Amino acid sequence: MQTQLARRAAMRLLGTLGAAGAAAAAGTFAPYRMVLAAPASNDEPIGPRLVVVMLRGALDGLAAVPALGDPAWAALRSDQDAKAQTQAQAQAQAQARALDSTFSMHPALSTLHQWYTQKELLVVHATASPYRERSHFDAQQLLESGGERPFVQSTGWLGRALQATNKRAIAITAAMPLALRGAEGASTWTPDRRRPVDQDLMTRVAQMYRGDAQLAAAFGEAAVQNDMAMGAKGSAGLAKLAKQAGTFLADPKGPRVAWLEAGGWDTHANQHARLGRLLLGLDESLAALREGLAAQWANTTVLVMTEFGRSARFNGSGGTDHGTGGVAFLAGGSVAGGRVLSDWPGLASGQLYEGRDLRPTMDLRSVIAPIVQRQFGLDPSQIQSSILPGALATRHALWRS
Amino acid sequence: MQAAAIASHRFGYSETRLSALQSDPRAWVLEQFRQPVAMDTKGLMDSASALQLTREVLKAALAPKPSDMVEPPKDDLGPMTPSRVTLRQTNMKALQRRWQHAIETPTPVAERWVNFWANHFCVASTKGAMIALVWPHEYEAIRPHAMGSFKDLLRAAIVHPAMLIYLDNAQSIGPQSRAGLLRGKGLNENLARELLELHTLGVNSGYTQQDVTQTAQLLTGWTVNAQTGGKAAFVPALHQPGPKTILGRHYAEGPQALDALLDDLSQHPACANFLATKLVRHFVSDDPPVDLVEWVAGRFRDSRGDLTTVATALFGHDLAWSAANRSKLKRPEELVLSAHRMLNIPVTSIERTVVELKSMGQAIGQAPSPQGWPDRAEDWLSPDALKKRVQWADRFGELNRHAADARALARRAWGEDLSESSRTQIDNADSSAQALALALASPEFQRR
Repeated sequence: MQTQLARRAAMRLLGTLGAAGAAAAAGTFAPYRMVLAAPASNDEPIGPRLVVVMLRGALDGLAAVPALGDPAWAALRSDQDAKAQTQAQAQAQAQARALDSTFSMHPALSTLHQWYTQKELLVVHATASPYRERSHFDAQQLLESGGERPFVQSTGWLGRALQATNKRAIAITAAMPLALRGAEGASTWTPDRRRPVDQDLMTRVAQMYRGDAQLAAAFGEAAVQNDMAMGAKGSAGLAKLAKQAGTFLADPKGPRVAWLEAGGWDTHANQHARLGRLLLGLDESLAALREGLAAQWANTTVLVMTEFGRSARFNGSGGTDHGTGGVAFLAGGSVAGGRVLSDWPGLASGQLYEGRDLRPTMDLRSVIAPIVQRQFGLDPSQIQSSILPGALATRHALWRS
Repeated sequence: MQAAAIASHRFGYSETRLSALQSDPRAWVLEQFRQPVAMDTKGLMDSASALQLTREVLKAALAPKPSDMVEPPKDDLGPMTPSRVTLRQTNMKALQRRWQHAIETPTPVAERWVNFWANHFCVASTKGAMIALVWPHEYEAIRPHAMGSFKDLLRAAIVHPAMLIYLDNAQSIGPQSRAGLLRGKGLNENLARELLELHTLGVNSGYTQQDVTQTAQLLTGWTVNAQTGGKAAFVPALHQPGPKTILGRHYAEGPQALDALLDDLSQHPACANFLATKLVRHFVSDDPPVDLVEWVAGRFRDSRGDLTTVATALFGHDLAWSAANRSKLKRPEELVLSAHRMLNIPVTSIERTVVELKSMGQAIGQAPSPQGWPDRAEDWLSPDALKKRVQWADRFGELNRHAADARALARRAWGEDLSESSRTQIDNADSSAQALALALASPEFQRR
């Protein structure tokens, strides 16, 4: 059954890639499979596009979009920042990236800040899925499956929506992500070249090998080699994939939905420098995505999400631990942006969730539900019963028209 | 290391859970040698047919065609003729079958035992005529004899088209034989030397160049060609006439001398020591404990090389179960197969797996020398090869992230032997894919 479905999905891919796939095949990106004729589907030549960017490992929402105006901010976070830069520098940067009287954008997120000022970026803050524990696996399972509790649903919310409407989607990943499972029209694509091992995995493996002198010695040298490879094409890799995703969606014969993901956000130690690099890579990738989308940017909604937030305070090693409330981004040519959508809970000790995390005041699914409605034309009751069980759509308008 | 983990990982191909063998790990291992489950060889091509197909491919590669002017052949095997396609499919099918067997068999330790002997009697597709013979050698010569007498295994491994071609005995001709006198051709000592050095006695065990030359003479006549129908056979016209003297023993002219020689070599004291050392190094430790080697060698001699007795001696001895010996590193093929077995997922892309194994240093079916694949950790632990292992784990984790919850899997597969540092890293991974990658990259999984 599983194989049958995978095979049919593979057949669908042949059409999914469309002309963009052929273009990619001719360039540096060689798709795994050759491009044949497009199969019949319900995709109209025009219509809305959706890109979901999943940040695995839990992005620190308070670092990406700091609440500098919150009275408790200075006590909570500024000490750590001050170590890395002078107070004056920090203030100057914060002002340059200010969003409103409370929030500003991380200095690395210049594209996102620009979109915000152009009213094409909506920030959703103090948000979380219904999950309240702190396991990456369980939280990602829930966020991708769209259920209220982890491991209740074995298919994904995008997968069920695609299947219900006979639409196609493409995941820029080697394996089908859970979010897209359950749809015959979902396929995957990755460039046919070996990527360097993710630096985060290399670091974790190095820690695991500490007790094994032989493995540690050999791996120490391997890590140095990998660093050089990453330096050459590390974050540029995600940007290229993002641009390709945009190109797929820009193709009139291509899919309407794309899934991108990036790991490495589990910043337990020395977060300042590392997160800066990661956010810069994300910012560049989103810019590349828009470049690939070209004129279709006007019809596209980009959702950037992560499984949960991180602890409000820094831990003992200059990082943050698994938390609860975090941030999500909505971007696109018709997104009603230039706002921070949040029922801000505050950062004082008594306001934190369990005394340690940003308190989630908005169900992330309340933002996802209207996206599903807009993208797939499904009615709210169907979304609530079978796509995102129990999710209520936010009453805020997310698009301008 | 607890006994169940040793049985599962050190001796086998890594079980999904330890609980199945926890009650009596030693019995779980030994029982496999009483009733080993054989690989299904139905539908696999025999070596004579494979050789015939190889001839057609090589012939096409050598014959210039008009189309070559337009489209030059991609490599030295020439154009993609129907024969070449069939040959490629034949190889893939055989490889797929043996991998599937390693992943699914209820007797994984017996399968490791078979694989040990296949590597001991290594043949490789490093020359044109060998391109389809590596796997038939394993399922025709090694598998049927791996639990029987060593001498029978030795004879089957030597007198097989694959070995006769690989080590050039097919073209060794007695200088005074009818063919030798007629064509002015002579001996090729390749098989003779490896028979003594690699298959039975070991280097520096006391044989001389004279012994090697005499062995080569004794082996003349054993060949394979179109006249023998692609089968190994004794062709008297190639055989060196007269008696031969090897290690002080005399052998009369004729085909029966081979059995006499192989009997004597199998019972030579050096043979028992050489094989016992190699077995203990493969299954127990890079530095084989002397007491265990002597015990296994003794049982080999006592049983006149009965391999089931030898296996029972090895896996029944306390020293093989020593928790202290944790030096063994899985070879790349063992690593990949044990990942599939532990997760209970088939190898879906043979081609991709072949490429990955090659990147980790093991070009499957193409061992670099008749010595076969090496057996010490340092032979496999270059920084680049180790990085390739992590890279493989990374990709495997991503592709199979839904196959299992790595946190639970690690606890089931290693029990109390899961180290705190590995457990912490697996539990704190930032995704299920990364957790699985870490479990497969962990020292527990890389080693045995």
